[in-house]
Amino acid sequence: MSGVVIEIIQEKKDKDSDPVIVGRAAYEHPLVVRLCHWINTVALFVMVGSGLQIFRAFPSFGAKIPQKDLLHWPKAFAIGGWLGGALQWHLTFMWIYIATGVLYLGYQIFSGNYRQVLFTHRDLPGVWPMVKHYFFFGPKPAVRESYNPLQKQAYTSAIGLGVLSVLTGLCVWKPIQFSWLAWMMGGFHYARIWHFAVMWAILFFVLGHLVMVILHGWNNFVSMLTGWKKDPEY
Amino acid sequence: MKGEEPSEELTAGERDGCKVDDLEFDENKVEDKKKVEESNVAEKKTAASAMDENSIDEKKFRLVSRRELLKLTPVLALGAFAIPGLQEKLLKKGLGFSDWASALLFRSGHRATTFDNADVAPFDKFPINGYDVDDPGVDLENWKLTVSGAVKKPGRYALAQVQALPAIRQNTRHVCVEGWDVIGRFGGARLSDFLTMVGADPTAKYITMTCADDYYESLDMATALHPQTLLCYEMYDRLLTREHGAPLRLQAPTKVGYKQAKYLMELKVTHVLDKVGYWEDQGYSWFYGL
Repeated sequence: MSGVVIEIIQEKKDKDSDPVIVGRAAYEHPLVVRLCHWINTVALFVMVGSGLQIFRAFPSFGAKIPQKDLLHWPKAFAIGGWLGGALQWHLTFMWIYIATGVLYLGYQIFSGNYRQVLFTHRDLPGVWPMVKHYFFFGPKPAVRESYNPLQKQAYTSAIGLGVLSVLTGLCVWKPIQFSWLAWMMGGFHYARIWHFAVMWAILFFVLGHLVMVILHGWNNFVSMLTGWKKDPEY
Repeated sequence: MKGEEPSEELTAGERDGCKVDDLEFDENKVEDKKKVEESNVAEKKTAASAMDENSIDEKKFRLVSRRELLKLTPVLALGAFAIPGLQEKLLKKGLGFSDWASALLFRSGHRATTFDNADVAPFDKFPINGYDVDDPGVDLENWKLTVSGAVKKPGRYALAQVQALPAIRQNTRHVCVEGWDVIGRFGGARLSDFLTMVGADPTAKYITMTCADDYYESLDMATALHPQTLLCYEMYDRLLTREHGAPLRLQAPTKVGYKQAKYLMELKVTHVLDKVGYWEDQGYSWFYGL
């Protein structure tokens, strides 16, 4: 059903009169996707906030002796109050974060809805025109589906980063039980660095995402709430 | 804007069939051509489809939208975490779930990575983390470990009795809950060997430890029986120094740092966990296995 455009018509005055089209709408986001999006939004917020509080306990990636701090993250922008509190938030919400991630991925794969966001080789030719439009005042390429090639690239990357945040996190949490995974990341010490780096990459995506949501306007935003996008460009 | 719409007649197959060459040829020209075609199609389409099922009544659309929005209400359940009275309970439950999952994930035969001597941090770079004092003033001469609980031979055991058990030396990574880690060299007797010596009940579930500095800790039996879990009396091939927990400490490389109790005084084998741990009582995870 997703992506099919229907017309919104005004209520008929009498049966024989032609219907008046007042708008168009497309069902873009199935319920599972919307639920996962918003629960994951909360979970991500808590994971980042508590993660930064955990980082405050040892804000370095070097040795303990001598300790060279990388940055002093302000406590006001952290969740949990202290290391133990932050760990409680982190170890609780990681399950919610993982659950929504798994549910989302499972749904996307089995429903076929992944085609909406998955960046494939077919999207490659459309990348450059889109870059030209976004960054170099190029003409706007025709809109054919809910996401343009650059959006697909961004969302596909974000999903990849989400998976990486879980995998790197598992290695920080259980470097011995997931020893093969930790080994791939260079051991516990490097897994912690990767986990931190992936967080910033996700925050970078979120920043871009928020800017684009504002630029794309109200109808686009509402589509993530009701599933329906009014007057899509395709 | 409307003129650009390809309309729903452009099927997925047609989109996919759009050749790379077409786009690379001359983008503007191709696009202009398309625009004209599409606007024609769109005009025809609007008139034709107005009558078919691909339309929805304005009122009904508002109703459908509202209903879909309401379906998102389960998200609000997360607000429970913002309620002060409930927050603590929920987080405790979350931590408990995490510990439960940790115990499931723990593989008793799976060993922590061991390292070459060259990878071991110098002794003076191995951090000392006491919870209050670096030296609780243990009388090393007369020290004995009191063993009690579900054991056949309770009593007080001398260091020599621990040292008489097969000695294990291992270079393993010590991971602190704070996030730092250091590779150190440890030596001691397997806790499992010691438990066999004192005749511990194999069906008991926990080991609790009391320390000279009033610190206390507890271990699950699976970790206590792990081949790398030591009653440690050596670091860097020398007897433990006072600040590292002389004369005896726990060294379990599959656990986080605060589980490695120093200055051991009492060890109890038990079926019921009556004393959990100093940091656990402040809100840290109990299992915290790596």
